[in-house]
Amino acid sequence: MIELRDLAVRFGSTEAVRDLSLEVANDEWVMLIGPNGAGKTSVLRALCGLLPFDGAARVDGRDVRTFGRRELARLMAFVPQNPTTPSELTVAEYVLLGRTPHLGYLGVDGRRDRKAVAQALERLDLLPFAKRGLGSLSGGELQRAVLARALAQEAPILLLDEPTTSLDLGRQQQALELIDSLRRDGLTVLSTMHDLTLAGQYADRLVLLDRGTVAVEGSPSEVLSAANLAAYYGASVRIVSDEAGLFVLPTRR
Amino acid sequence: MAAVGSAEVTVRARGVSRPWRFLAGAFLVGALLVGLGVGPVDIGVSAIVESALSHLPFLHVHSPLSSLDEAVLWQIRAPRVVLAAIVGGMLAIAGSSYQGVFHNPLADPYLLGVAAGAGLGATLAIAYGHVGHSGQLLPLSAFIGGLAAVGATYVLGRSAGSVRVVGSFVLAGVTVTLFLTAIQTFVQQQHSNTLRDVYAWILGGFSTANWSQVEVAAPYVAVSSIAIVLHRRMLDVLSVGDEEAASLGVNVPRLRLVLVIAATAGTAAAVSVSGLIAFVGIIVPHTIRLLVSTSYRAVVPLSFVVGAGFLVLADVLARTIVSPAELPIGVVTAFFGAPFFAVVLRSARTMR
Repeated sequence: MIELRDLAVRFGSTEAVRDLSLEVANDEWVMLIGPNGAGKTSVLRALCGLLPFDGAARVDGRDVRTFGRRELARLMAFVPQNPTTPSELTVAEYVLLGRTPHLGYLGVDGRRDRKAVAQALERLDLLPFAKRGLGSLSGGELQRAVLARALAQEAPILLLDEPTTSLDLGRQQQALELIDSLRRDGLTVLSTMHDLTLAGQYADRLVLLDRGTVAVEGSPSEVLSAANLAAYYGASVRIVSDEAGLFVLPTRR
Repeated sequence: MAAVGSAEVTVRARGVSRPWRFLAGAFLVGALLVGLGVGPVDIGVSAIVESALSHLPFLHVHSPLSSLDEAVLWQIRAPRVVLAAIVGGMLAIAGSSYQGVFHNPLADPYLLGVAAGAGLGATLAIAYGHVGHSGQLLPLSAFIGGLAAVGATYVLGRSAGSVRVVGSFVLAGVTVTLFLTAIQTFVQQQHSNTLRDVYAWILGGFSTANWSQVEVAAPYVAVSSIAIVLHRRMLDVLSVGDEEAASLGVNVPRLRLVLVIAATAGTAAAVSVSGLIAFVGIIVPHTIRLLVSTSYRAVVPLSFVVGAGFLVLADVLARTIVSPAELPIGVVTAFFGAPFFAVVLRSARTMR
């Protein structure tokens, strides 16, 4: 279980995150939503040790600052919004980088590591691409390669920053379905999400951040109300729901 | 699960494949033999091999060479060839390491100010130490100057900010280089009688090579190269950028420091015995990237082997083209290296 208490992240004199408290249960998928600059990404980066913070961040009751770097990387896999994907690396080599926290400092990958990579590739239907260069992949395939690298990390927690950026509508749905299916193997997911309709359809729970702190949290139908989106996004929307789920439709003022 | 089992075969990072390993090794051995054999006195391959064997105990092989040729081979040519090999290997492997550490394909071993520092050290030694082009004070002074310059760059770069670390180190290197070059030019102007010596040193070369220079440089080159080779997988991890490498559990600032120290110590030692030889640190790693693989698992070890062979051959040309005079080796590496690299660049493009 992830537990954040009174989390605060500062960049110089500006507070990107303040007084933020949040819990994510095991095997839950929680999505952070909120307007640009609300602090969504900073929460993820602080949690996985990339940003210094005040307050408490615990995983299964243990302060994340007491973990060593590699230990933390075996616990949480972080996928940034725009991952660096060196075009000359092959898919297999790239996914193999996910094994880094499992290797000694100067160690070289062994059988177990190659097997974990092969499993991650198979899980994401990337086996035929194993020897292809990252530069030759389409956006959707690249996104899968990035997920495969995170999966090869064999971490029980997945932190995803805008996992659907720069994907077309169909690829967005495929990526989210894929993440959802990975959860069946036992995976806790905390992600940020730009698209509110997709957020409402895939998240177990939504947390709306505004100016660095939690404004509203709850089930998608509780959080995604026209009033909330007007108040925090300054957006004019109509919420439509039917048996298929909830739809956030922008309306012209 | 059977599918996964068979798939394991495809999950391999391309290291150095066997043909390339053989080819690179053959290139280096060939270069060494050419370096030993070619000169005013030509010595054949079999004579070199037999002479070498005659120096080994228990084999009872007799050298076919006269004592004069023996001396030419082992006291003049061999130290020169070995020195060129370890300097070339060091510059190339340091270049590959700098390129990985700074995510910059144009990074060369002199990026952080080694060259300017060593140049100033050499100039001071020549101007105030009253040494000629040879002697022990000159390499020592160049070595210390090179290390001190990179130390200054590191301190300045770290204080300049942690946000865009890579950029601040490169800019700090430029700053230190400009500053030290200004001092060097000033000292040179004050002692215009030293211009010739300083210029000769800066152009670089192996005309004064001897075994004691090899003994001075070899330990640094060995330790530095081994350290860099051990970090080849880490250099691949760095290719996804500082932040993602950190999220994979890597202590990026410490890794960068270790690699910079290793590359710098080796480069400073190489420069102190050979002067400033440009181009090797850029052209060799990139040739390997274009021909073999971009993975540092291949680039790092092959850079040393190919860089060593390349500089030995360049030195052969430097001492034979206008024999009995010598060309500065930097002229040779650039004059022959640039067109060669242009060809590689073109053919690599059409291959893709």
